[in-house]
Amino acid sequence: MRYEAPTTSKEAATLMANAKGKAFVLAGGTDLLVRLKSGAIDPDLIVDIKRIEATQSISRTANGFRIGAAVSGAAMGNHSALTKAWPGVVEATNLIGSDQIQGRCTMAGNMCNASPAADSVPALVAASAKVAIVGPNGRRSVAAENVATGPGKTSLAKGEFVEAITLPKRAPRSADAYLRFIPRTEMDIAVVSAGINLTISAAGVITKARVALGAVAATVLLVPKAARAIIGTKLDDKALAKLAAACEAACKPINDMRGTIEFRTDVAGVLGRRAAKIAYQRAGGK
Amino acid sequence: MAGVHVSTTINGDATEFVCHPAETLLDVLRDRLGLTGSKEGCGTGDCGACSVTVDGQLVCSCLVLGAEVSGATVDTIEGMAVGNKLHPLQERFIEHAALQCGVCTPGFLVAGKALLDRNPNPTEEEIRYALAGNLCRCTGYDKIVTAVSAAAKDVRKQQNRKKR
Repeated sequence: MRYEAPTTSKEAATLMANAKGKAFVLAGGTDLLVRLKSGAIDPDLIVDIKRIEATQSISRTANGFRIGAAVSGAAMGNHSALTKAWPGVVEATNLIGSDQIQGRCTMAGNMCNASPAADSVPALVAASAKVAIVGPNGRRSVAAENVATGPGKTSLAKGEFVEAITLPKRAPRSADAYLRFIPRTEMDIAVVSAGINLTISAAGVITKARVALGAVAATVLLVPKAARAIIGTKLDDKALAKLAAACEAACKPINDMRGTIEFRTDVAGVLGRRAAKIAYQRAGGK
Repeated sequence: MAGVHVSTTINGDATEFVCHPAETLLDVLRDRLGLTGSKEGCGTGDCGACSVTVDGQLVCSCLVLGAEVSGATVDTIEGMAVGNKLHPLQERFIEHAALQCGVCTPGFLVAGKALLDRNPNPTEEEIRYALAGNLCRCTGYDKIVTAVSAAAKDVRKQQNRKKR
């Protein structure tokens, strides 16, 4: 196995594209090293992208925030402007693992690991996040919901890797929230999760919303029907009931040791409702 | 093997080593540098026995490649005491008998120090969350939390003395 730590994205893409055998990107390593040691993967090349400047920082641009692919969960939590603008995205990312894991884990890695239960992904999908992908043929931008295509599978082609994730500029009175169900208080994988992002008018009426669910299908689901259920409302009980019903209807979960189909479906509605209330309150709604 | 040559700073000392590209920082510390204080419990980032800081950031050294720490500053349990003077956390762990077999202890101490460095006045809940990445299979956590809480008091006293 070869280890390379290039300093430019172009160099990284070239290394990945020209690799003979299996090449893997290393960002935080909290998934990759576990798979490496268990023998689940046998790389010929590991490309560490942490030495590339474009992956290292959180920056505020005219269009919102740009979060480099190597930025850790801990670094996001320490960034007060990002936390203020996108509390849901940050709280979702900060739920991944322990402090030790937070010191290394990244949203980009969480997304490319392509688990349906990835904590940061429903929040990113709800946030309309865009993913900046670099490859041997240049750059492209993909919506967060179009990166994972199934458990462990992504739409990235050979040689491509995520350089950064961008969050759009915030309209006034906007906020997001993320909730997950786990049977313990922390250090666990989501059985069901929900991310909600919304904007309200000065009068408290929801003008825009996006709802995403995790761990209830092969990929994170964007649920436009659930969003439509609350747009135009002040999140009254009727709207919340419609939102919950739309969340439940969108679920296509599996039975496994962590939850049954019935349980996951029911909890998806509950979490959708609760996350919506939190986001609404954070946006200034009463 | 194509070895990777790495220059780094470990516990304040400039250190160089050559390692296999797939070798973890934990294996480098233990098997190449003789720093066996960091332990391998699970090897998958769940137990925290291998906790160290890299550039001040608490991490599991079993989930870091040795090759990655080129140019970085690594601090391990071996650097916690200053000469023969134990860190307050180490003293309080002894006083409160916050260990039995001791395998998890270096990790708890390193994680405890990372907490107190950023928050010298943690609540019990904050201590428990900060140590959620460290597992102990014999003593139980109450004594560990008590010891960290007592050490936090010591650290605050030291800081107040410095201010005066």
